[in-house]
Order: sequence, then structure tokens, then C-alpha cells
Amino acid sequence: MEVQKTALYNCHKDLGAKFVSFAGYEMPIQYKDGIVKEHISTRSYAGFFDVSHMGQFFLEGDETLADALEKIIPADLKSLKLNHSKYSFLLNNEGGIIDDLIITKTFKGFCIILNAACKDNDVKQIEKFLNKDHKYFLNNDLSLIALQGPKAVEILEKLAPGVSNLKFMTGDNFKFDNENLYITRSGYTGEDGFEISIPNNKVEKLISFFRENKVNAVGLGARDTLRLEAGLCLYGHDLNEKINPIEANLKWAIAKRRREEGGFNGWDKIKKLIENGSEKKRVGILPEGRVIARENTKIFTESGQEIGLITSGTFGPSVNAPVAMGYINTKYAEIGTKIQLEVRGKKHGGKVSELPFFKKSYVK
Amino acid sequence: MSEKKFSKKHEWVSLDGDTATVGITKHATEMLGDIVFVEVPEAGKSVEKDGQAAVVESTKAASDVYSPISGEILEGNKSIVDDPGNVNSDPEGASWFFKLKVKDKSEFDKLMNKSDYDKFCAENPN
Repeated sequence: MEVQKTALYNCHKDLGAKFVSFAGYEMPIQYKDGIVKEHISTRSYAGFFDVSHMGQFFLEGDETLADALEKIIPADLKSLKLNHSKYSFLLNNEGGIIDDLIITKTFKGFCIILNAACKDNDVKQIEKFLNKDHKYFLNNDLSLIALQGPKAVEILEKLAPGVSNLKFMTGDNFKFDNENLYITRSGYTGEDGFEISIPNNKVEKLISFFRENKVNAVGLGARDTLRLEAGLCLYGHDLNEKINPIEANLKWAIAKRRREEGGFNGWDKIKKLIENGSEKKRVGILPEGRVIARENTKIFTESGQEIGLITSGTFGPSVNAPVAMGYINTKYAEIGTKIQLEVRGKKHGGKVSELPFFKKSYVK
Repeated sequence: MSEKKFSKKHEWVSLDGDTATVGITKHATEMLGDIVFVEVPEAGKSVEKDGQAAVVESTKAASDVYSPISGEILEGNKSIVDDPGNVNSDPEGASWFFKLKVKDKSEFDKLMNKSDYDKFCAENPN
């Protein structure tokens, strides 16, 4: 398959990006300043992220559309208000997570933001539940740009007056250069911020505006350190088809009505897990000292029994220490439990920690 | 102190009598990005030429640091363990990784000089 590029590829190049291949796309992992500076400047000022590799999947239809989607998505879509968003997932018959997503109620139906690596399969999985009256398409004519950080609102308000009135996980339409932008107050860094859906032919103009306002470009490297400090999952690492939302400690993302009524893929299994608990659970892990426990690091008890595996681990620039998440036998999942982490054949101390590692500052 | 010599794995070595000082090159730090963790060998440990001797981790990944020369470790640089970011700011000076007592000086002579190393980096950008 040919490597794909986003509409901002040349812009990234001009900004000194180092590229990596990610989910079939050539994406910037970092720019000239490097991951730590990009991370810190996002938390102290603002940063912009090109996340146009993610799928923007639009669905249109009558009231039967929500019924259809609720068979594979455990959110309360029937009562989702116009321009409101929810974090949720696509589930398989075993209750495993096919993808995690953000779904927004639009005037004609729904828009779902899907992970780049999963989007084509996601469409096939969703398609199974749709009927001939439902229209759906992945819109490749749109870019998706995240603006994140404490100054995001002040800066974006200049370009799109009114965005400051949006609450976390809501959105609306705005005008820019005679084109429509759909902006939601959301993101994946733990900071206040926005995701902007914009036609490909206008996206460079948006970036020029950000540059004029001293907003730096942030690559996938800092996106990863930011989301991990915020305790947010990365699909393909912290979540996959064999992990269910209860193990992932994401029960909150299954709507209350849906937990009671069921009627979605894997509900039988998830219901049992809610009643009886799961064998393993996603937790935060703080290694002692500076040693970094990366993905696939084994977790042991202090007496040497293997009890889990790290699924994401890095150095957290704002925490100024290594941070990780992983799955651990539920018996040992209590906050503060002392553990051992095997890094390069040697055991290092650590403990089970609360998530997030860095306090979120969402505007609710 | 002698001129610096360089390995294909992006380590530098300088020689003072039979004591070698080893670090990673500026080019290596530029490829690695922000360095956030360093592990250096203990004094007394024997290392073989091209054997793994230290570890350096950036925000992106962990990498091994090899000894371009055989010998016995005299000292690891504690200051870069305490403050790994120093490796980015002064890789070929104060932020050396370890010193060792050299077994065979001919190993040093066979390493690349500065201009050969620069050429090697230009030809092998990654």
C-alpha cells in the first residue's frame, strides 16, 4: 500500500519535522525543538497537532440510525443532544474493543472520529448494522487539527468568535475564510483545547494563523507523552480486540441506560464482568527513580510472582519522572501497591498509581 | 589527551595513556532526541569491543551504548545519570559515559578519525 500523506505534509517539512510511518501515513514524530519542548509548550501555552490521519466518518439517517449504532457502540446515542460528543468504542461479540472513538451528534446524524489504523475495518464493522436508508462516508476532504493548551481558547476565539462558549465535549459550526469549520472543545492531552475539522484546501491558512500566534507544531512523540500523563489510552497498545471496557477501567464510558438495558455486542460478557469484576485491570504505574518501563515490561509482586504487563511507558516531561500504564491482576490493582518491573533483565521498584499522572484542565 | 576517534555505532573515544574515555556523538544525540535516562557501567566490569556497555533512552526509545574498545571499566559518569539532559547539551565534552583501562591500543587506532566519521554520517543519515 502506498504511504499516505496529510494535506499538511509540506507544511510539516517546512517546520523541520522528522517523519515516521504511522498507520500507513507519513506523520511528524517531532519538529526541530524536540518532544520535551513540544510537550512543555503545550502545557504552558498551546500547541497544534495534525491528526488528519484519523477517520472522520459521517453517518446520516432517521431515528433508526441511533438504534443501529447502539448495537455496536455502548453510548446512549438516542438521547445524545445535537453537537454533544461522547467517548466510546466499537465492541465485538466478546465485548472486546475494536476501536475507541469520539462520537458527536450532528444535524443529519452522527460524526465518529476513528483511529487511523482501524478506520477501514471500523467502517466494515459498522456497516453490518446499517440499512439502505442510512448514508455513510469517510470524508477524506477534511483535515483534523487539534489546538491544545491553556492559551488555546484565547487564540482560537480570535479566529472563530464564540468558541469560548463551548463546553468540554460539545461542538458547533463556525466560519473561516468563507468555509465551514466544525469545532469541538476536546482533545487528547489533558489540556483545555479544541479539535477543528476543516477543508483540506484551507488547512494551511489555519496553520499560518497559529504560527502568527506563536503556537508551535507538536508531533506524535509529544502527543504520546501528553496523553499518557493524562491517563488516556492509545489503541493498539492499551486497548485491543481482546481487552474489554471493564478490564480497561472504562466502565464510565458505557452509558448507564445501556449497562442496564444491554442490546449491544458483548453485553452478556460485560454484564457478568460488571457483576463479578474482571481478572485484570488497567492501572497507572509509577516506576521508582528514572528507569523507564516501556511497553511489554513485565510486572511482578515483591516476592517475584508475575502479575501483569506494561502497555505504555515513557518519560513524562511535566511529571518529570517515568510514567506507565498496564494491566495487572485485579488482586494487586489497589493504588499504592508496591510492584517490581523487569527492565533489561533487572528488577526495579515501582507502585500502582492513580490516573491521570497530570491533572486534567477541561472546561466543563 | 589524544585526538577523538569514532565508531560506526556513533560512540567517540579519546585516549590518555591507557585510559580511554567513551561517550556518544553529537550526531547520535540529534538522532535520539531528548535524552531522559542513562545507565552507565560499574567500575570493575569488563567490556569487549562492540559489547553492550551502557544504556541511553530518549522519550522515543531505549538504545544500547557499545564500547568501541575492550577493557575494564574504571568509572561511569554519575552526573549524566542524575541529569540525563546534559548528554544533549554537551555530548562530546563533560557528558562522557564511562572511562576504561584499555587492553589493546590497536583497537583504538582502527577507529575512524573525525573526517571519516563525518563522511560516514553523511552517507548513512539514519
